[in-house]
Amino acid sequence: MSEEFKVEIVNPEKSFLVKDDVSEVVVPAFEGEMGILKDHISIISFLKPGIIKILSKSGDENYYVEDGIVEFKNNNLSILTSTIFNLADMDKSKQQDLLKEAEEEANKTDINDQSKYLADQKVEVLKTLN
Amino acid sequence: MASLDDLKKRIASVKSTQKITKAMKMVAAAKLRRAQESAEKGRPYSEKMNNVILNLSNGISDKENAPKLLSGTGQEKTHLCVVMTSDRGLCGGFNSNIIKKAKSYFAKILDEGKELKIITVGSKGNDQLKRVYGDKIIENISFKESKNANYFDADKVGKMVIEKFEAGEFDVCTIFYNQFKNVITQIPQAQQIIPLNNEGEENSSEESYEFEPDEDEILSNLLPKNISTQIFKAMLENSASEQGSRMSAMDNATRNAGEMVDKLTIEYNRSRQAAITKELIEIISGAESL
Repeated sequence: MSEEFKVEIVNPEKSFLVKDDVSEVVVPAFEGEMGILKDHISIISFLKPGIIKILSKSGDENYYVEDGIVEFKNNNLSILTSTIFNLADMDKSKQQDLLKEAEEEANKTDINDQSKYLADQKVEVLKTLN
Repeated sequence: MASLDDLKKRIASVKSTQKITKAMKMVAAAKLRRAQESAEKGRPYSEKMNNVILNLSNGISDKENAPKLLSGTGQEKTHLCVVMTSDRGLCGGFNSNIIKKAKSYFAKILDEGKELKIITVGSKGNDQLKRVYGDKIIENISFKESKNANYFDADKVGKMVIEKFEAGEFDVCTIFYNQFKNVITQIPQAQQIIPLNNEGEENSSEESYEFEPDEDEILSNLLPKNISTQIFKAMLENSASEQGSRMSAMDNATRNAGEMVDKLTIEYNRSRQAAITKELIEIISGAESL
């Protein structure tokens, strides 16, 4: 028996990624990082800004996400997100741009605690990338 | 009867109009393919989103305290209608169909003595509605600068709707758009997005989910996103419909122009022949009288 399952990442514009030989996915869930292996219990959770790690036979991939929802059911992992970038395609200037944007947002005073927390998270993650 | 010169000019002008409509048709056809593609690509997201929400709302234990976006404010006094139309004309009945649908809904609401607020997306809808419902329009948004429908724009509209909802400005929100069926058929749709209408959709799987954090928190995070997603879906469907509608309208126009050119050409030839015959008769009778 293989220990692989299927993962699908969709964003509003298109189906971003479909892979069916994945052995493990680590997602930045709202209450901490969560590793998902085959035969995980059905779960719905949402994401905070962070890195999605996809481990598969054909190589590991890393994606940066800003938000999203994960649903795992019957060995199908669906990730819905509006902002996602493949780290391999992301160059330094793009990272800097995102960082600047996030910092600006985090420094705003008129936002509520939750969006402030999310913005801080964004800054933190982007800083570790550089 | 028009003179030969006039006829010639008219034929030339109809021909150049035909050229324009033909070009527009071809442009619309090219754009349609792209718009249709992105509408199809966008479907999985909104479908999955719907699924998750369905699963969530089934799993929710305390229906009384469910988020307001799901269950509504408990009254139906003020209706907000988001009417989504195009920014450009020359697309057949595309805009009028949405407006017609929206207007009949407006009339119903006003008859029931409820309050009505309108947000128009796209300048054509605003143009048509402001004459009758000008005082009801609270916002007019247009995305003339963006070439294709993108999620960022939809999110802007979605956030605005949610802001107004949280400020208690309305109880029920409905969006109006054209659903793309095929090139010749677009169906004007009225879809209620607040409170979420899940009736008639029964979830077959009885599987229970684990939620992290709990259902309420996920729902309150997810529902605003769903609003933007639904609006985005409507925008995608709309842009595909617009191009489809424009394509068939321009196809018709091109054909009609062709018919007109044919008719005018016959008339032109006939009057040219008549003039020649007349001149011949004059010459012959002139010669005979000598």
